[in-house]
Amino acid sequence: MSNRKIDRVEGTAIPVRGDNIDTDRIIPARFLKAITFDGLGEHVFEDDRIAFSGHPFSNPAYAGARLLLVNENFGSGSSREHAPQALKRWGIAACVGESFSEIFKGNALAIGLVCVTTSNEVIDRLMDLVETAPTSRLALSLNHRSIDAGDSTVSVDVEAPVRDAFLSGTWDATGLLLDDFDVVRGVASRVPYIRGF
Amino acid sequence: MGKTLLKKVWDLHTVRQLSTGQAQLFIGLHLIHEVTTPQAFDMLRSRGIGVAFPDRTFGTTDHIIPTGDTSRPFQDPLAEAMLSALEKNCAEFDIPFWNLDSDRQGIVHVIGPELGLTQPGMTVACGDSHTSTHGALGAVALGVGTSQVRDVLASQSLAIDPLKVRRIAVNGELGRGVFAKDVVLEIIHRLGVNGGVGYAYEYGGTAVERMSIDERLTICNMSIEGGARVGYVNPDQTTFEYLKGRQFAPAGDAFDRAVSWWRSIASDTDADYDDVVEIDAAAIEPRVTWGINPGQSVAVSECIPSIGGGAQNGGVSEALAFMGLTGGERITGTKIDVAFVGSCTNSRLSDLREAGRIAKGRSVAPHVTALVVPGSRSVQFAAEEEGLDQVFRDAGFEWRNAGCSMCLAMNPDRLEGSQVCASSSNRNFKGRQGSPTGRTLLMSPAMVAAAAVAGEVTDVRGHFA
Repeated sequence: MSNRKIDRVEGTAIPVRGDNIDTDRIIPARFLKAITFDGLGEHVFEDDRIAFSGHPFSNPAYAGARLLLVNENFGSGSSREHAPQALKRWGIAACVGESFSEIFKGNALAIGLVCVTTSNEVIDRLMDLVETAPTSRLALSLNHRSIDAGDSTVSVDVEAPVRDAFLSGTWDATGLLLDDFDVVRGVASRVPYIRGF
Repeated sequence: MGKTLLKKVWDLHTVRQLSTGQAQLFIGLHLIHEVTTPQAFDMLRSRGIGVAFPDRTFGTTDHIIPTGDTSRPFQDPLAEAMLSALEKNCAEFDIPFWNLDSDRQGIVHVIGPELGLTQPGMTVACGDSHTSTHGALGAVALGVGTSQVRDVLASQSLAIDPLKVRRIAVNGELGRGVFAKDVVLEIIHRLGVNGGVGYAYEYGGTAVERMSIDERLTICNMSIEGGARVGYVNPDQTTFEYLKGRQFAPAGDAFDRAVSWWRSIASDTDADYDDVVEIDAAAIEPRVTWGINPGQSVAVSECIPSIGGGAQNGGVSEALAFMGLTGGERITGTKIDVAFVGSCTNSRLSDLREAGRIAKGRSVAPHVTALVVPGSRSVQFAAEEEGLDQVFRDAGFEWRNAGCSMCLAMNPDRLEGSQVCASSSNRNFKGRQGSPTGRTLLMSPAMVAAAAVAGEVTDVRGHFA
């Protein structure tokens, strides 16, 4: 199964400062009480936004942002895919951070939300830039592993296979996993607890 | 050089290397619940794909169910819709399902081991980050998101990045009043909430080897709080004795043959680890979190860190401001409003016994609301059989039906306003227990019971009869 190929993500960017921002904060559990992902976008960071009226996701200057700038271990905690779904439905197409939790990154990949990493210094500089001038446009290129930010270009990291999956449109794994399904059956038949002890 | 359990299990279950660089890993046991699956089934339907191995998937309901009045339809129409969707999906795709009226129902990470579904050498997946719990039996258990639940339903396999292995050896004797919960809080404090990213944690050492399966489940459960998606303990005699006679465990001669295979998949004594950490069990004290992530804990005898000091987990000032605590003050004496014994971390019979030992003959402080929520119907019945429900009721605790309850407050059990909760659960994130300004102090079940009685955080070691 082939999906949309993703190379460039261009647009304005929204900064959310802080390490270890967990998925309960990105989308509180009460919004998981639904049988679809519809409407999650409007509740992204809801409790943080109530607690802090100056939250970037409440700031009209960042409306329409396509890139999210974060610090370390973003998306830790609960495995809820609702977190990347909420960000994506709000309009985010790529997250640029110092690091991401593993489950968050896997969930993001599975729904075609790009996550790339870079150094603390670069993140800080990009955050400063868009805090000072929210209309600044950034252009992420997976192909070049870089972000153009005004008159400077910074490099970003992304695992080669993940980059390939986005570039080739194979980030939705279901098709790959179902390819030549007899091989899966073969594994099932050799596993002792299925074959029988 | 020998191999780790992770490597052996990984190799056995690898279907192929995918073009994405990930491995396609066969999943031996898939557990599902109502919160992370409805969209996965809808995706299957919209793509016209069926469930590949319905007999390797098992469902139950735990997150959204009330623990008081469980009559249907639920008062909360959203919760009712979620359970109805799971009922319909399990029926449509022939998936075994333990509903609310089943005596097998319970928190997915409690019933998997309890029924003998989880076994050594298996790969386990579930749309829940605390799937790491199942590693206590020597399984490789992975928490996944909804799209990956879809993938497991469709193909009984997952696309996944390889993991490194860090052995965490806890050696020596734990002191009285120090529990598995304290050990794992110590580990997370020491290695950090993102220290385990990219790793599976292998727990060993003499202290872990002496632990019961319940205690190992508590430790593996919170691997994810340390950033490690997978945590496991090598299977041993304790594991085999635990599994013997359980509903889904092999029986008769097959059990003996299973044991010899289970032994063979344990890490070799000369296994190659990417990292090794040693921890002295005797130095661990009962621990309490003071902040907004599970790495922010202190020993109960210690003071809350000051801003600028002990900042290894970062965000100290933000955490103290949210918690309304003052750096430099003792954690003991922190007043609580609610006490919660429950969650996939600490809701098994042995947890309830330890809490009951403290509660017995005492009374919950007048200003405290205290509740005990067993992890499963089976735990609930066993506890009632030995009179633990009465011990708790006599002390002023509410005795509830099984479920996830106030760990994440997707049911009616939740904090109000800025209440402070002494909790045996796993996460002290902002808003985790249902009120955006609610505050959580993580600790062992015995420490929760002691706090309930004292009305404030107190050292459980002073409360033994």
